[in-house]
Amino acid sequence: MKWDTVIGLEVHAQLATATKLFSAAPTVFGAPANTQTSFVDAGFPGTLPVLNREAVLMALKFGLAINGQINDYCFFERKNYFYPDLPKGYQISQYAQPIISNGYLNIEDGNLCKKIWIERAHLEEDAGKLIHDPEKGRSMIDLNRAGIPLLEIVTAPCLHSINEAILYLKTLHQLLRFLGICDGNMQEGSFRCDANISLKPKGSQQLGCRVELKNLNSFRFIEKALTYEQQRQQLLLDQGRPVSQETRLFCENTGTTKLMRSKETAQDYRYIPDPDLLPINLAEFDQRTIKNNLPPLPFTLKNSLQQMGLHKEDIQFLLASPANYNFYAAVVAQGSVDHNLLVQWLRGSCAAVLKEHKRDFSDPPFTAQDFFKLVNALQKETITAFRAKKFLAAAVTEGSNLADLVAQEEIQTLVPSASIEEFIEGLLRNNPQQVYDYQQGNEKIFGYFIGKVMHFCKGQADPKQIHALLKKFLH
Amino acid sequence: MNSFSISEALTALSKGTLSSVELVTNCLQQIAQHKKLNALISLVDAGHALAQAQEADSLRAAGKGSIFTGIPIVHKDNFCTIGLRTTCGSRMLANFVPPYEATIVHKLTQAGAITLGKTNMDEFAMGSTGETSYFGSTLNPWHQQYSPGGSSSGSASAVAAGLALAATGSDTGGSIRQPAAFCGVSGLKPTYGRVSRYGLIAYASSFDQAGVIAKSAEDLALLLKTIAGVDDKDATSLCYPVPDYPSLLNQSLRGVRIALPRAFFQETIATPEVRQAIDAAVHVFVDAGAQIIEVELKYLHLWVPCYYLIACAEASTNLARYDGLRFGLQVQDTETVHDMVMHSRSLGFGSEVKRRILAGTHALTAQNFSASYLQALKIRRLIQQELLAIFTQADLLIGPTTPTPAPRLGLAMSNNSTTYDSDIFTVGANLAGIPAISIPVGFHRQLPLGMQIMASHFAEAKLLNAAHQYQKMTDWHKYAPPQKEKKI
Repeated sequence: MKWDTVIGLEVHAQLATATKLFSAAPTVFGAPANTQTSFVDAGFPGTLPVLNREAVLMALKFGLAINGQINDYCFFERKNYFYPDLPKGYQISQYAQPIISNGYLNIEDGNLCKKIWIERAHLEEDAGKLIHDPEKGRSMIDLNRAGIPLLEIVTAPCLHSINEAILYLKTLHQLLRFLGICDGNMQEGSFRCDANISLKPKGSQQLGCRVELKNLNSFRFIEKALTYEQQRQQLLLDQGRPVSQETRLFCENTGTTKLMRSKETAQDYRYIPDPDLLPINLAEFDQRTIKNNLPPLPFTLKNSLQQMGLHKEDIQFLLASPANYNFYAAVVAQGSVDHNLLVQWLRGSCAAVLKEHKRDFSDPPFTAQDFFKLVNALQKETITAFRAKKFLAAAVTEGSNLADLVAQEEIQTLVPSASIEEFIEGLLRNNPQQVYDYQQGNEKIFGYFIGKVMHFCKGQADPKQIHALLKKFLH
Repeated sequence: MNSFSISEALTALSKGTLSSVELVTNCLQQIAQHKKLNALISLVDAGHALAQAQEADSLRAAGKGSIFTGIPIVHKDNFCTIGLRTTCGSRMLANFVPPYEATIVHKLTQAGAITLGKTNMDEFAMGSTGETSYFGSTLNPWHQQYSPGGSSSGSASAVAAGLALAATGSDTGGSIRQPAAFCGVSGLKPTYGRVSRYGLIAYASSFDQAGVIAKSAEDLALLLKTIAGVDDKDATSLCYPVPDYPSLLNQSLRGVRIALPRAFFQETIATPEVRQAIDAAVHVFVDAGAQIIEVELKYLHLWVPCYYLIACAEASTNLARYDGLRFGLQVQDTETVHDMVMHSRSLGFGSEVKRRILAGTHALTAQNFSASYLQALKIRRLIQQELLAIFTQADLLIGPTTPTPAPRLGLAMSNNSTTYDSDIFTVGANLAGIPAISIPVGFHRQLPLGMQIMASHFAEAKLLNAAHQYQKMTDWHKYAPPQKEKKI
């Protein structure tokens, strides 16, 4: 290819504070329109913004986690423009002095390993939402989202392939969640991405003309949009035609990008330091303590899990969300346990039954302590896998207590050997043809007999025991 | 009773020679008789006010009163009052009824004050003659062809005419002090951050300060003690202890160092009558033992342009929220949101407001920012430093409040820059964030003249003390406008 691809990414992450960046209104997603909107959020006359300290703390955590420069003297500025979802006619943001600058994130998968430079991360308030109702010929404004804290994270134009871009986004997404500062829910708008992409002649130092892409609502769509745009630009450049600097929207239906607005007349936001807010007093925050108390971060966790001998897919599962990892860690903290067995069960039956009932590890219907008991029992073989699965299902659907189920099972006598033997004898006596077929070499009959014995035992017998007994009787 | 100060009223109330009902009734009568002054935009229901007065009398009788129990006051119409229309003197907010109230209103109400109404003002506090109000000009109670000043036009006029015993005001470039001077009453602009701005509808955020207008420095001290203090709803309010101002008014003036800037007293800056009145006032201080220090104000010529540039820039963004979508004037039957917002703002704002928004917007554009706004910020710091340096050698800085007595109504509209220039003495305190007071020091042809005293940050006690001492030795503050209109 005669063109190099250059990508820069801007992520807006909603910080998981209880209240908004400048007011005490709550930030819960999905509330009825305008029920989580204070007069400050709605820009009513005479109201004033007051900074939410928790948001600053979260931004600091991010800055420390990416080894960024924490800017001791930083302040808020007003970004001025008129739009119905912007109640004050300006957005309180940061421009000249962001809270964080010059950090980095290491990305790696099997094939590549790279350091991605994050030029800046700054705090700003989110805007409201417009809901269009073409049928009734009107648009409606919901200000619940107005004022929610955002951390805008901007990379340098240092991503050189779409793979790198997606890997960076996934790594960033994971980091934010493991820091506990953003829930990363893209459907709810907690993690939003705009991409800038340009092409330049291979090996050239000079960047080409970039196009901004918006409306990218999932990793899959981001990949599609970048791919399409890369091809579109390549086609133009191959024909000797220039790429215009513009903003394009991604259309999910067609998988293409189309022009939203031309950036030749870039908007002048007339930034002005916000006179209602003091510069952020970072001296209040003990950065060293904050850094030491950061939760264990994905790349550290990955290393330790690798050292424990877990497989790549298992590690991926555990690090897919903080809830997954935290639950695993909580179980491990209960005592000695077979890690592989534990992860196998978490990733397999446990995850499956949770997913089936639209739940996850953030709020499981059993405690880590109870789950530890289950895995222990499996390890000691005092319960069977079959029964264990049933117990998990019961915990999810009926709210039964997992530990009680396990305990009961261990007390209950399994079907005594004598009874099984008696049954097997009768079974074989009543099915002489099958016995003969098996002895002639039809292995499948064995499975048929196993099934019959299991059914008789109602799952309350050790499969290995059944297997051994049957073999004994058949030979 | 018309010229009762709060202190006098409180004495009479506690003695039982006066009741709140009588006081409020009297004020309501004054209001009715002085409708022509157009000092009030909104008036509360008389029955409601009298009921409050009755309750105040009962509370006092039971020994349960607070500082201002039963004292009738009015609020400038840019302070949000719950359930009571708050217009900012503008068509844009002509029907805006706030569901929350300004902290200063809350504090005064909690202290027992009875709100009688909302006072007229220059639109969005932009103006110094009262003539930019959508609700018509306020008249000066001393002479009805003359301006009461602005932007707290109605507040000063109301106190002078006895419509209430005190009024709240806001001061961004002199909007409390200048009308106080023109109306012969006392007005205080506290240190920036001394009083909460929550609920004060913003004009220029880094200058705006809530303050009070009353008949005497003694009254101002009482009022300041109640309204001062940090507010967690205003991030620019400061956590600084509130002294017991009323108990600090009796320090001797002996040895007090008073700075007189040479530039404040040169011939061209103020009319002879103003300069003479200030001279006479300074002599009173000297006779009481104060020392005079002459100082320079190298940057005085930059005060007015620096103020207007920054104030207009801040105003342009503060007023961007008036788009007709959530509150305020909304023009109907437009095709697009853009049209609706454009027409609502065009119709809702008067010409002075538009002028300042445009000037401010211009100053903040990318190509002008460095040379205009940023440069003004730097100059502001120089102006502040120069003033603060004076206060390392002096306790107070004295000068005229205004270059002239009140102008005739109708002059200002024809010549903006002259009007802006008349703020020369007052804008410095807003630029530096320091406290300043204006008190009456004489008359010229029955029009009041005012003197301004400034001090360093949080030195309101010094200001009030000096003003009170002066008012003990003189009686300019005791004059009230004639009840019948006087023609010049």
